[in-house]
Amino acid sequence: MSVIAFDHVALGVGGRMVLRDVSCAIAPGEFIGVLGPNGAGKTTLFRAILGLIRPVAGSIRVFGRAPRRGDAAIGYLPQVRTLLPDLRVRGVDFIASSVRGERWGLPVHSRPERKVVAETLAAIGADELAERPLADMSGGERQRLLLAQALLGEPKLLLLDEPLISLDQRHQESAVELVRGFVRERGITVLFSAHELNQLIGVLDRVLYLGNGQAALGTVAEVMTAPVLSRLYDARIEVVRADGHIFVLSRGQNVERSDHQHDHSHGDAHAHHHHDHRHA
Amino acid sequence: MPTITTTIAMLEYDFMRNAFAAAGVAAVVSGLVGYFLVLRGQTFAGHALGHIGFAGATGAALIGMAPVWGLVGFTVAAGIAIGWLGERISGRDVAIGVVLALALGFGLLFLHYYTAFAAQATALLFGNVLAVDPFTILTLIGLGIVTLAALAAIMRPLLFLTLQPELAEAKGVPVRFVSTAFMAIVALAVSESAQIVGVLLVFALMVGPPATAQRLVTGLWSGMILSAALALAEAWLGIAMAYATDWPVSFCIALLSALGYCLSRGNWPARRSAAAQG
Repeated sequence: MSVIAFDHVALGVGGRMVLRDVSCAIAPGEFIGVLGPNGAGKTTLFRAILGLIRPVAGSIRVFGRAPRRGDAAIGYLPQVRTLLPDLRVRGVDFIASSVRGERWGLPVHSRPERKVVAETLAAIGADELAERPLADMSGGERQRLLLAQALLGEPKLLLLDEPLISLDQRHQESAVELVRGFVRERGITVLFSAHELNQLIGVLDRVLYLGNGQAALGTVAEVMTAPVLSRLYDARIEVVRADGHIFVLSRGQNVERSDHQHDHSHGDAHAHHHHDHRHA
Repeated sequence: MPTITTTIAMLEYDFMRNAFAAAGVAAVVSGLVGYFLVLRGQTFAGHALGHIGFAGATGAALIGMAPVWGLVGFTVAAGIAIGWLGERISGRDVAIGVVLALALGFGLLFLHYYTAFAAQATALLFGNVLAVDPFTILTLIGLGIVTLAALAAIMRPLLFLTLQPELAEAKGVPVRFVSTAFMAIVALAVSESAQIVGVLLVFALMVGPPATAQRLVTGLWSGMILSAALALAEAWLGIAMAYATDWPVSFCIALLSALGYCLSRGNWPARRSAAAQG
């Protein structure tokens, strides 16, 4: 049985269709790299899997049932991560707030819950962040903490929305390695969205490439081809392989890289930007 | 600072005992609620609620009601409105500012038609803790229990929503309900605080102590407890200081609140070495 099954799904945000007629199935334990230009619908796809938005048409099955909000089997790292600038709260309190955080009452945690928090922090080598306030952490350290909290509570499915944003090359590689190590041991299914395929190339099993309202799911060899990507970018695309890396070029420009450069990590802004661009 | 004998002399007066009791209750409530207000970066909303409460209090007096209920009614209604709109409207500082100015304007209008009340306007704006009666203390205790019980009921999802809004939504926290309920709780705490330091100085009890506490400790519970303790200490020391100097109580509390915050912001040697290690 597949972990996620999309059957002729159409998704819209604020009256605009982001994805039209997407069908695909993701098997247990797969590491899926979710790629595509800004506004292609990566975040929208995740929100639909989380049950935060309903499909306009078609059906989505997650673990064989309709998505429901607050599913404990899904670990999630949101793309828009509003962090108050002067948050003088310890890392461990930050993480612990998400442990059954939707329940009413006081934020007190049982001994086993505190143990899970400590173990997860240790599992990704972030235990030294436990006692430090968030305001004093670097971007990379905060990201590691957010990753830890997505891994809490033994999820069976991980949705990581652009976890590499704001990390430098070295930290990107170690973050990918961290996730890979964690999920391989536990057989967790992962949807990992990124700007560039090359960030994930040695790790992923299949690519889910979104663009132009459509989606292509397959191995790197199947998806990263000129015909498939030209359809998804609605432009003439060349795919260049060099030194174990794959570059997606349009008129000699690296489209994945150039997208990245005017990124301001806000889904809506991108969506409009790209929308205008396409019809220009 | 008063010695033990002057402290005993001070407590021989009914109005002083009442002042300590009223300020104690309001300070603890303000310190605890204010902790989350500062954590959420919504201090401006707390300030605005005080101003709106002024219109409520003067309006209530105009129609022959006790000002305190006008204060509570107006701030809670406005708190719910701010909470309901808050997550949606961007640039909410502007919206709150406009409503704030309008509310103060209405307060002035009500005063204009109820001139006999004008003498009490200063008390409302700047507080008059030395004039509280036992009934007011009971009212403060009752309101305080309701406020803290409500805060305890929503504290867990509120903290989750404050620290990780996007994730909290995904995990099923009723975002709008929790943020609206919190603003209603803030409104109640503002009403309490306004009884002591007046609507213009609610910052002194609701923002100064929690901001200081968050500078000094990073634990959640230690932060909350320190915030309440600082608010209590600043309120009581403020009253004692006013007794010794004959300065207005609200000035003394505001001064201590600002002093505490400034000291906690200082770049002390201990902090510098801790930062160097990290």
